Amino acid sequence: MLYARLIIMRLFKAVIVLFLIVILNFLLIQLAPGDPAAILAGEAGAADQEFLNQLRERFGLDQPMYVQLWRYVSGIAMLDFGYSYRLGVPVFDLIMARLPATLLLTGTAFLISLVLGIIAGSMAAARVKKPSGSIIMALALVFYATPLFWVALMSVLVFSVYLDWLPAYGFYTVGAGYTGFALILDVAKHLILPATTLALFFMAIYTRMTRTSMLDAAQQDYVKTARAKGLKPGIIQRRHVLRNALLPIITLAGLQAGQMVGGAILTETVFAWPGIGRLMFEALQQRDYNLLLGIFFFSAALVIVFNIITDLVYRLADPRIKGAS
Amino acid sequence: MKHPLALAISAAALAFTTTALADDPKQGGIVNTIVQPEPPGLVLGMIQNAPTRVVAGNIYEGLLRYTTDLEPIPQLAESWDVSDDGRTYTFHLRDNITWHDGEPFTADDVVFSADVFHRELNPSARAVLQHVESIEATDEHTVVFTLVEPFGPFLISFEAGTFTMVPEHLYAGTDFRNNEHNDHPIGTGPFKFANWERGTVIELVRNDDYYEEGLPYLDGVNWHIIPDGGSRAVAFENGTIDVLPSGTVENFDIPRLSEMDNVCVTEEGHEYFSPYSMLWMNNREGPTADKRFRQAVMYAMDREFARNVLWNGLGKVPLSAFGSNARFQDDTLEPYDYNPERARELLEEMGYDGEEVTILPLPYGETWTRWAEAVQQNLREVGINVRTQATDVGGWNQRLGDWDYDLAFTYLYQYGDPALGISRTYLSDNIAKGSPWNNVEGYENERVDELFNEAATAYPDEEREALYKEVQEILHEDVPVGWLMELGFPTLYRCDVKDLVNSSVGLNEGFRDAWLDR
Repeated sequence: MLYARLIIMRLFKAVIVLFLIVILNFLLIQLAPGDPAAILAGEAGAADQEFLNQLRERFGLDQPMYVQLWRYVSGIAMLDFGYSYRLGVPVFDLIMARLPATLLLTGTAFLISLVLGIIAGSMAAARVKKPSGSIIMALALVFYATPLFWVALMSVLVFSVYLDWLPAYGFYTVGAGYTGFALILDVAKHLILPATTLALFFMAIYTRMTRTSMLDAAQQDYVKTARAKGLKPGIIQRRHVLRNALLPIITLAGLQAGQMVGGAILTETVFAWPGIGRLMFEALQQRDYNLLLGIFFFSAALVIVFNIITDLVYRLADPRIKGAS
Repeated sequence: MKHPLALAISAAALAFTTTALADDPKQGGIVNTIVQPEPPGLVLGMIQNAPTRVVAGNIYEGLLRYTTDLEPIPQLAESWDVSDDGRTYTFHLRDNITWHDGEPFTADDVVFSADVFHRELNPSARAVLQHVESIEATDEHTVVFTLVEPFGPFLISFEAGTFTMVPEHLYAGTDFRNNEHNDHPIGTGPFKFANWERGTVIELVRNDDYYEEGLPYLDGVNWHIIPDGGSRAVAFENGTIDVLPSGTVENFDIPRLSEMDNVCVTEEGHEYFSPYSMLWMNNREGPTADKRFRQAVMYAMDREFARNVLWNGLGKVPLSAFGSNARFQDDTLEPYDYNPERARELLEEMGYDGEEVTILPLPYGETWTRWAEAVQQNLREVGINVRTQATDVGGWNQRLGDWDYDLAFTYLYQYGDPALGISRTYLSDNIAKGSPWNNVEGYENERVDELFNEAATAYPDEEREALYKEVQEILHEDVPVGWLMELGFPTLYRCDVKDLVNSSVGLNEGFRDAWLDR
């Protein structure tokens, strides 16, 4: 009952926030130099004035800004995201076509980083003064500090070029004609490198955060009580320390989950993963405003949804948090 | 000094000719190659950018093809006649051609493509069509073009990417840009469109009903889409990719890749476009408005260095406004050799006071960034106060379109004739804000206008030659733009892919004759 009211309230706010985001994005994008007609003409290598005018008219760029804004916002209100300037395909279709690949990649990376990060963090917390704990923390620091694109390129070099274990790029083996289980296996193979690359950074953060927050929780009186009543250290760690240490991790997981749509630009580019991040990067370079705004909209919507989910999970993890926010 | 890569290329070229003679083509196999960036669509005629051309040039065709010496050879037209006054061109079409959907290709398709489709959509074709008075199909396989007046480059305008033949029965009377067949292009070419997995691959399959007996040899071509240059290089290295079209990997990767076993390199196949890199110099204001300053820039740049180091010894240092593949080049002009001393003299003579000039690199990757750095250093050495301003493609377009620059890198295609690819850079009626592809430098010279306009319609060629000679002398003295390099764009491929590049547009139609020796 309480949850239902909370969700309705939050969704209502979300609509207002989204509306503001749409307007803000639209205005922000006008600040970028260059216009899509000139870029398309430039790609063609030859263009007369008539060609440029045709393009601008077709995209509605010959209209005053407020007309363009009105057209865009009223389109969005009817869930019409318009057409991509460059590809001539409805933006909604483009995003939907790329969404599964992106969610597969970012979702896998999310799970890997969350699970392994918490495990590694708990292990490090339990081995706080031992060399094994320090090794975990040192590794976490390395992964945290290494730029993503470098990890990506090096992993390609090692696992694809030298060892030849895993495919270097792509979503599936082109021309192999796999179906059914063979196709799933093929996609999984292609998924390993990009998902691991993407997971490393967040895994490092989860590790560090889990460790800190568990060490913090271990100082609390209830842990002393638990120890005094003779519980085994493993049970204390899991039931009393880890559970109380979870809140900051949930916050972070909510943040990471919000980035699932647009957060993999580099990884998708290096590994030629046909996802949304790449689509967004190309749209930006080509000043494909409609497409770019459409992706911004979806990313923003996802962030809002995950914020709401995060709030709900807080309440599950910690019953002390209550009431409508 | 001959660069190692140049040696490798000549060796490869030698190996290429001997094996081509020795072996009979084998049937079958699929070639994996790359298209970069992903094309916006595949309907040539509607879209003419490089990625569309390279894929769709195998689906669509034009009336003629051109050898690497830019001589016309038959494609859809098997022969052609030109009237004595140079105003009437009659094309005789082959009578055994069908579109990929089975409909016959006829003279009506040619009239529709040229007179309706291209007039509406295609700026490059439009530039030619303004010289055309009428286009008529006199019978099912004969088309007559009547020109307003003779137009020198007319016969070289029929290349598939510029003057594509599109099917009348699918497009006539429709909204071309929203035609349902745009997703599934129908041409007459050796390969048919099969599938486009956006962001991953475009697959073409053999056209079994192709009119050239026995062609094509390949069962299909897969165009992989890989957005990162490093990943493209890896894909070629590990054998997934057989052919790297020019411009798909960074120049610094090329020596390494071309030294691998079973890898061949060719510089051929760009004669039609002859990409010519230039340095826009703003003729309107600032130091660059002074002819002596522009000449000083020419003397200050060590273009040999750029060629040997940044471009792996490929390409040519140009003499003047007309590239070496352009017709009517006057090779008697005195070259602007690297001469910093002369540059300093000119700067002193004009009284250059150290005013800052900016330089805008072409945002097309690492090679161009490095090149801008090299030029910046050259200019500083002779005392020019230069600052580089980096930008992305959109910003670069905008700055040039608004004439908001001092020096800026670019490159342009020459299209085989001065009237198509060269005069556009210097004609004063081609000055217009908003486009980075016209007379961006703002050069105005009445005599140059006269000569270019007269030469375009002069007949026969001897008349044109004299006019172009004079215009080259004027331009050479005035230096409206800097002439940087006739770019050498290498195509890398496994040596067992045979007969890959055999016309002046190279890979754009290369898979027609290619075969796999595996």
